Amino acid sequence: MNKLTLALTGNPNAGKTTLFNALTGARQHVGNYPGVTVERKEGEYKKDNFQAVIVDLPGTYSLTAYSEEEVVARDFIANEKPAVVINIIDAANLERNLYLTSQLLELKIPLVVALNMIDVAKDRGIDIEVAKLAALLGVPVLPIVARTGQGLDALMTAAQDMVEGRIAPPDPAKVKISYGEDIDQTLLLMTDLIREKALFGGKYPSRWIAVKIVENDESLIREVAAADPDLGERLKIEADKVADHLMKTFDTYPEAVIADHRYGFIKGILKSGIITHHYDKNRLYTSDRIDKVLTQRFAGPLIMLLTLFSIYQITFSLSALPIAGVETVFSWISTLVDGLLADGALKSMLISGVIDGVGGVMGFVPLIMLMFFCIAILEDSGYLARVAFMMDRIFRIFGLHGSSVMAFIVSGGIAGGCAVPGVMATRTLRSPKERMATLLTVPFMNCGAKLPILALLIGAFFAEHQALYMFAFTLLSWVVALVAAKILRMTVLRGAPTPFVMELPPYRFPTFNGLMIHTWERTWQYIKKAGTVILLISIILWAMMTYPGLSPEKKAQYSKERAQVNALYESDSEEATKLFLKIDNQQQALTLRNSIAGRIGIAMEKVTWLSGFEWRTNIALLGGFAAKEVVVSTLGTAYSMGDVDPEASTSLGQRLARDAAWSPLVALSALLFMMFYAPCFVTVVCIARESGSWNWAIFSILYSTTFAFILATSVYQIGRLLGF
Amino acid sequence: MKRISLRKMAKNQQGTITAVKVAGDLGRRIRDMGLVTGTEIMIQGRAPLNDPVALRIRGNTLTLRNNEADHIEVEVDE
Repeated sequence: MNKLTLALTGNPNAGKTTLFNALTGARQHVGNYPGVTVERKEGEYKKDNFQAVIVDLPGTYSLTAYSEEEVVARDFIANEKPAVVINIIDAANLERNLYLTSQLLELKIPLVVALNMIDVAKDRGIDIEVAKLAALLGVPVLPIVARTGQGLDALMTAAQDMVEGRIAPPDPAKVKISYGEDIDQTLLLMTDLIREKALFGGKYPSRWIAVKIVENDESLIREVAAADPDLGERLKIEADKVADHLMKTFDTYPEAVIADHRYGFIKGILKSGIITHHYDKNRLYTSDRIDKVLTQRFAGPLIMLLTLFSIYQITFSLSALPIAGVETVFSWISTLVDGLLADGALKSMLISGVIDGVGGVMGFVPLIMLMFFCIAILEDSGYLARVAFMMDRIFRIFGLHGSSVMAFIVSGGIAGGCAVPGVMATRTLRSPKERMATLLTVPFMNCGAKLPILALLIGAFFAEHQALYMFAFTLLSWVVALVAAKILRMTVLRGAPTPFVMELPPYRFPTFNGLMIHTWERTWQYIKKAGTVILLISIILWAMMTYPGLSPEKKAQYSKERAQVNALYESDSEEATKLFLKIDNQQQALTLRNSIAGRIGIAMEKVTWLSGFEWRTNIALLGGFAAKEVVVSTLGTAYSMGDVDPEASTSLGQRLARDAAWSPLVALSALLFMMFYAPCFVTVVCIARESGSWNWAIFSILYSTTFAFILATSVYQIGRLLGF
Repeated sequence: MKRISLRKMAKNQQGTITAVKVAGDLGRRIRDMGLVTGTEIMIQGRAPLNDPVALRIRGNTLTLRNNEADHIEVEVDE
C-alpha cells in the first residue's frame, strides 16, 4: 500500500522539530538525502483512522536555493509531491515567517499553516485574527502550541480533511503576488513560453519557474537549461532584459524588487487588522534581559568559557564510569571467548580483531551520548547562537565560523577531548565550507588518547619541564589547527565566507523529550557504524599485525624454551611465571616484526629515517591508526624484544630513554608526528560520514600525515644540524 | 534625517532601511531574513570584539557581520 506522506516545513526556530517530535513520538527514522549531508528525518503518525509518514524538511527561511537545505526542501515538495505540506510559523515572528509561506503559496501545493507559539505571542501582547488570516492566505490556519500539544488534533484533522477532499486545496488565483509592473510584464511573457513547452511536465507552476529565473536562482536555471536548452536561453534573455532595465532606472536588482514585493504582500495582509500589538515592538523581554548579561562585553566571554569548560568537565568525568563499565563487559566477553575456544587464528581474530575493535568503538558511546546531551541543551536553549555571535570575530580570521568553537573544544581544545564527538559536533554549523574546514582540522587537537603518548615521551625525555611541555603542546595544537584551517580555506576550500546573517532566537527551556530524541538519534548513528566499516577495518589491522606469523622452527624453539623452564622450576613458582612472561614477550615481538605491519614498518625506514623513526616506532604509528591508545601498547611490545635480563623489569619510558635509537630530539620529532598525523580510523569514518564523501576522509589522512611528516622531519634535521 | 551605512549606527540607535545594495548569496540571505527596504531596525548591541552586530527587527533579534552591514543603507534621525 502506498503510504500517505505529509511534509513539515518552516523557519529554523519556529518549533518545527518540536512539532515533529510531538506528532511522531519515538517512531522516527533519520537518514540523509542522496548526495548531500542534509539530514532526512521521517516518522510515523497514527491516530484513529488517519495514518501518514511525516517528513521533517530542513528548516529554511526561503526557497531561493541559498543553501543545500533549501534545495532539498524544494526538490522534495516538487518531486515527491507530499499529500499535504504543513507550514509551521512562529506567531511571535509572523512577518518574517510568512515570507516562506508566500513562496509556498506560489508553488500551488496543498498547504496547511500551523500557527505555533500562540501562547508566547499572547504573552508578548500580540493578538492574531486566525480566521481572517486563513481567508487572506486562502489556506487553513490552525493555532497550536507544539510544546504542550495544544491544537495538534485540530491541525491533523485539517490535514486529513484536505487529503480526503473535504477542504479544497488553496486556490492560487486568489493569492497572486504582484512584483511591480516591469517584472509582472516579463513574468507574463515567460509564463506563456514555459506553458507552451510544458517545461518539466508541469512539475512546477509556470509562473513560479518564471519568478525563480528572474530572481536569478542558479540551481533552477541550471535545471531548466538541462531540460530544454533552447527555452532556457530565451527565458534568460527575458530575465536579463528586465534586470538591465531595473538597474538602469532604479539602481536595483530584480531579486531585491521581488523580495520587497513579497514583504509588501505580507504587510498588506497584516495591515488588514489581523495583528494587534499591545506593547511597543522593541520592548525587551526576559530573553533580552538575559542577553544583556550573557553577551556583555566582559561577562559574556567569561561565562561562555565557564560554560564550555563545564560541558567538557561533565562529559568527560561523568562518562568515565560507564566507559569503564563497557570496557569491563568487553573484557568479560573476551575472557569468555578465550575460555570457550581453542587457541588458533579464529580465536585470535575474535579477540584481537572483533571484540577489541568493536569494544574500542563502543567505549566511546557513553562519551558521545553525554556530549550530545549537553550540546542539545545549548542548541535547543538558543545559547549556541550566542557563542557563535561572540566567537565569530576570532574564528573568521581563520576562515571559520563562530560556531566552530564547540567542535574544537570537544576534540581536545582543552587537552583530553575526543575528535569523534568533535567531528560530529560540526553538525551544528550551517555554512558548508566553514563546516568542512572545521571537520578537517579538529583532529589536530590533543584528544584523550594522545595524552598517554605525550605523557610517556615527555616523562621519559623532558621530565624536568613536564607541565610546561604539556601546555606548549596544547597551545601548539590550537595554532596548527587554526592555521591549517586558514590554509584549507585559501586552497581546497577557497571561497567567500558564508553569510553570517542569523537569528538570535529567544532563550527557551529545552523539552526533555526533544533532548532525549536528539541524543539518541545521534548516538545510534554512531553505534551503527561500529558494526560495519569499523569492524572491517579492525579485522584488517589485526590481520596485518598477526600474519604471516612465525616459522614452524621458531615456534618449536619457543616451545622448547618453555619446556626447559618447566623442567627447571615448579610450574607456578615466581621464577617460572617471570620466565614464561619473558618468552611470551619475545615471541610476540618477533611475530610483530615478522608480520605484514612489521615488514611495512621496516620498509618505511627508508623514508622515516628522515624524521628519526626506526621500524619499531613505525609499527606503533601504524597501530595508532586503529586508535591512538595503541601507540603506547605497540611500542611496549616492540621494545620488549631482545630484553634478556628478566630481573630488569624497567618501564617503557626508561627503556626508550636508554635505547640507542632514541634521543630527546627523536622524542620531540615523534611527539610532533603523533600529534598531527592521520586521525584514528573511527574519526576518519566519522569524517567520511559527516562530509558525505570518502574522498574527504582520504584527503584528511593524506594531508595531515604529509604535514606531520614535514614538520617532524624539519625539526629532526634542523635539530641535528644544531648538534642536538 | 540622513542616510548612513548600518555599520556606522550606534547602540540603541533606530532607523529605517532605505536600500540593500548587494546581489548574490549574501543579498538573498539578507533579504530572506527580513532586512528589506522600509524595515525599521534598532541596534541592540555588538559582540565583545565589536563585530558582529545584533539588531532588533520586528520584535526579534538578528546578527550580521560589519562587512555585511556595509551593504545596508539606513535612514536615521540626526
